[in-house]
Amino acid sequence: MKRAIIFFLLFSFFFISCSPNSSSDTPSDSSALYIENKGSDTIVNLALAWAERYQSQHPEVRISVTGGGSGTGIASLINGTVDIANASRQIKEEEIEDAKSNGIDPVEFIVARDAIAVIVNPENPVDQLTLKQISDIYSGKYTNWSEVGGDDRPIVRLSRETNSGTHVYFLETVLRLGNSEDETLFSMDTLLLPSSEGIIVEVRQNPNAIGYDGLGYVPDDLKMIAIAEEEGGSYVLPAISTVNDKTYPIARDLYMYTDGEPTGVIKEYLEWILSAEAQEIVAELGFVPVGGE
Amino acid sequence: MEKSLNWGEFVITRLVRASGYSAIIFVALIFFFLVREGLPTFGEVEFSSLTNIRWYPIEDRFGILPLITGSLMVTIGATLIAVPFGIGTAIYISEIAPRWMREILKPLVELLAGLPSVVLGFLGILVLSPYLRVFLDLPTGLTAFTGSILLGGIAIPTVVSVAEDALDAVPRAYREGAWALGATRWQTIWRVTLPAARSGVLTAIMLGIGRAIGETMAVMMVTGNAPVLATALTSLFSPVRTMTATIAAEMGEVASGSTHYHVLFFIGMVLFLISLGVNIAASSVVFRAKKRAERILS
Repeated sequence: MKRAIIFFLLFSFFFISCSPNSSSDTPSDSSALYIENKGSDTIVNLALAWAERYQSQHPEVRISVTGGGSGTGIASLINGTVDIANASRQIKEEEIEDAKSNGIDPVEFIVARDAIAVIVNPENPVDQLTLKQISDIYSGKYTNWSEVGGDDRPIVRLSRETNSGTHVYFLETVLRLGNSEDETLFSMDTLLLPSSEGIIVEVRQNPNAIGYDGLGYVPDDLKMIAIAEEEGGSYVLPAISTVNDKTYPIARDLYMYTDGEPTGVIKEYLEWILSAEAQEIVAELGFVPVGGE
Repeated sequence: MEKSLNWGEFVITRLVRASGYSAIIFVALIFFFLVREGLPTFGEVEFSSLTNIRWYPIEDRFGILPLITGSLMVTIGATLIAVPFGIGTAIYISEIAPRWMREILKPLVELLAGLPSVVLGFLGILVLSPYLRVFLDLPTGLTAFTGSILLGGIAIPTVVSVAEDALDAVPRAYREGAWALGATRWQTIWRVTLPAARSGVLTAIMLGIGRAIGETMAVMMVTGNAPVLATALTSLFSPVRTMTATIAAEMGEVASGSTHYHVLFFIGMVLFLISLGVNIAASSVVFRAKKRAERILS
């Protein structure tokens, strides 16, 4: 028995010693320029795509991108541990004060916009809804399409999983109508689908369904709902133009913050992000590009 | 015996023994890890909150009951589909099919077992769920029933493969004896071959259930993932959220060491205990049956 255990230990050492050496073939260019980029999980994929493209064009620049949330990103900026903070919300007053007392002067850049389109099956006669109606649909107050001017069909609510930034944004902006005191939750029978694709597939084949997704992901064969901020207001369809002139209500700016006016490599990087080439990546990832700024 | 041969034997027996022990050690380590990460749940979440009916982790609502009923619903449905079809197929392949057909069917079934569940999930979401929605006139096709059918399909090859091996291992003399006594083919299968292969067939069923309860990807794609407590049989035709899908969907984004993280491991523990329970129940049934057989024979 004892010998068996010793044998087992030897065995495991054998495996440990066989593990591959960590590769050390990363370019050790001493003049490499580092940019630390951290923050919002909503932007993290976009920031990664930018960083990848930019590094392939400028091999001397190394950009490290991490998520963690807007608050984490801004906190790191205040602590001086990152060069650029990503945020899907504007910096708060008290955060600016904290930064000032730490000798940091946050400068804001709007790098892209994020709009959420509410989608239904083309067979569904409903074309327009108010934010309140959408909130009541998702909270379970309305359960039949006839209550909002549609056919007599049950409403099937589709949502992204709770870990998606889009889910949280939709909860805060639409379900709770931007009111942070509100405790409204998604109706319990809301289907939580793991991907955008899952929502699109279900809406495409199910006339009972209502879903939401980033504007850039919505294919042409689904119907987008025109949304009014309140009853009596004008109903606006989501589009790049209505997002950019701020008439479409479920849209937000995405920000990057730097300490002071950026200089050198960080300045070049931010200028590139606002260029047409980088904004093309924005559209590819389902966000709305910031036009001509 | 020569010395060198002894030495070789010594190494081989130790190797075999080490791999035997390692299986136990690995299970123990996995369970230890689950407990270590899952038990802090009790300190962080009140028990009444765990037995709540609402699962909404980003607002600290950790009611796991809907997830447990969701998993049970889908698994029981899948078992009800996989067991009759699986054992029926195994009986056909082993007892009834002509030799040439057997040689085609067996490898085909084993090929089916190797099909990745994501592929089946895609079939489920694109073909099965739209069809079920129209055919059964449901609000949505993403239901526990859809998951059950798909999981049944995934478990069938496992059941067939193991059950067929067990039936095949029944000595030919048993069947010949039954025929000699004038039993029909059906009587032979039902009264002689199947009982003789019982322990293997039960293993097949257990492996099938294990496959069903542990399956993640396909279920996540077709069951709709709505954490609704299943209270009646009609819940079979509405969306459910399983324990495995919850862990898979949420583990990737959760902050390590947070309450949510501990609760997800706690769900893993529950899942582990359920499958342990199923296995113990099954082996005790086999054990009892064996004892009875010995008593009758003695």
